[in-house]
Amino acid sequence: MPTITYHQPGGDTQVIELEKPDRIMQAALKNSVPGIVGECGGQAMCATCHVYVREEYLDALPEIGDDEEEMLEVTASERDERRSRLGCQIEVGGSGPEAIEVDIPEEQV
Amino acid sequence: MSAHQYQDQSQNQTPSSVADPDARGVVIIGGGQAGLQAAASLRSEGFTGKVTIVAEEPGLPYQRPPLSKDYLKARLTDGADGTDGSGGTSAAPLPLRGAAFFADHAITLLTGTAATSVDRQAKTVTLADGTVLGYDSLVFATGARNRELPTPGIDLPGIHGLRTLEDAEQLGAALETAQNVVVVGAGFIGLEFATAALARGCQVTVLEFAPRPMGRALTPLLGDWFAGAHRDLGIDLRLNEGIASFEAGDDGRVAFAVSTTGDRYPADLVVAGVGVQPNDQLAAEAGLETANGIVVDANLRTADPDIYAIGDCAAFPCVHAGGPFRLESVQNATDHARHVAGVILGADAPYAELPWFWSTQGPFRLQMANIVRADDETVMVGDPDPAHPKFSVFCFRDGILAAVESVNMPSDHLSARKILAAGLEITREEALSEGFSLRAAYKERTQPAAV
Repeated sequence: MPTITYHQPGGDTQVIELEKPDRIMQAALKNSVPGIVGECGGQAMCATCHVYVREEYLDALPEIGDDEEEMLEVTASERDERRSRLGCQIEVGGSGPEAIEVDIPEEQV
Repeated sequence: MSAHQYQDQSQNQTPSSVADPDARGVVIIGGGQAGLQAAASLRSEGFTGKVTIVAEEPGLPYQRPPLSKDYLKARLTDGADGTDGSGGTSAAPLPLRGAAFFADHAITLLTGTAATSVDRQAKTVTLADGTVLGYDSLVFATGARNRELPTPGIDLPGIHGLRTLEDAEQLGAALETAQNVVVVGAGFIGLEFATAALARGCQVTVLEFAPRPMGRALTPLLGDWFAGAHRDLGIDLRLNEGIASFEAGDDGRVAFAVSTTGDRYPADLVVAGVGVQPNDQLAAEAGLETANGIVVDANLRTADPDIYAIGDCAAFPCVHAGGPFRLESVQNATDHARHVAGVILGADAPYAELPWFWSTQGPFRLQMANIVRADDETVMVGDPDPAHPKFSVFCFRDGILAAVESVNMPSDHLSARKILAAGLEITREEALSEGFSLRAAYKERTQPAAV
């Protein structure tokens, strides 16, 4: 079963097992994971689903698209050149990795 | 349909059990972005009393913005839900919050039921099923409803509005077979739907009685640009041409849309997107002032000190519009909600958040920071070639940057929001100088170079 592990800035962790493939932002909203806002509904418009992907999962990710690249330049918490991604753009399960762990930034808005 | 309750308040292990048992708590009428954010913010700000949301639609409250965008894309034929972005769409709508959220935060969510009356003396709300809810604070987050056209033939099968999940599901299905689509109204919803229908292979005509698309919200400069860009995409955009009547075919369904110029357009599917009206009737019946929305003060409070209105239904003093204003946007709904939660908990500060908005119309990602005014001086900066547009419209008031509209320039948009929200002054001269970027300008002003 595809699995997303969300690490909160305060140290809490939520492990969400997906019944079917889903994106990091959408799965967080559906499962009430705090710290991911997703204000635009997943259009790569608002940069409020910024996550830091843990190193060991980086190789399995798709390339950063132009829209995502631009939004990552203006995130509320500082961008990490290697690990920052938008949660609405990364699918877990299906065509994406089966498991991923992300750190949630301090600020999204 | 009977009301569905997601959280039973009688379970005695919730934060509300530590509150005054006589307290009635907060009742929120409306299960949209505003209502849910208000409930969430009350809890995150430490409110321990009862919180009840009354939502008219059945099922878990969901996000509306994708309904006129991603939700209308072609479904994948292999049964996958399209979350990989491969052109399909998620079969299920995106909930505003998961089901567990309500129980976890001791929020009672009543769905599929409407509030039918408010008794301000008894401080109670009566629901359609006869339930009576007492309140200490009452929040109207009742949103808006589609404005209805008085056009002859408007009730013919094949003519739709687009607001609810049910609407979007019907339209998604209708697009499977539709060939000639007529959209009435070149506003955001109309053009979002028009580009979605175009992508599904339909012939699309858009009728707009005004001289420009999205004329109520955009600068004339950008409105004119969009008129050309949508025509380049292949949409037959008819400006200065309203709808006069609809004609039925032999099957009794809509077959033609007749415009105010007398032209007849074949139509097997019609979408009317001619704006909304605030849901302020319940408040008016309770004796509260309404004027294109429920009238509230800078704290979002009505003349009744225990009653508030937020989001699409609220007519509030908008510092950015320079007077009473009503806004229909996710930003306005969620920022109002956060604000009202603070006010209910005792804060006293005028609401002043910067308005922003977005719309996705085929290849055009439109974003707006602040409200434009008719007399703003406008300058286009960037590449407006409709084949690969990437530009912003800078709006100057008294020579100072006051609003920014962006097409496929999300970094300009987000930087503009930060600049305008912080009240940073950027002059026309600076903004139009060689090598200027909003992002660099914001950084310069807020992060002085290290010594």
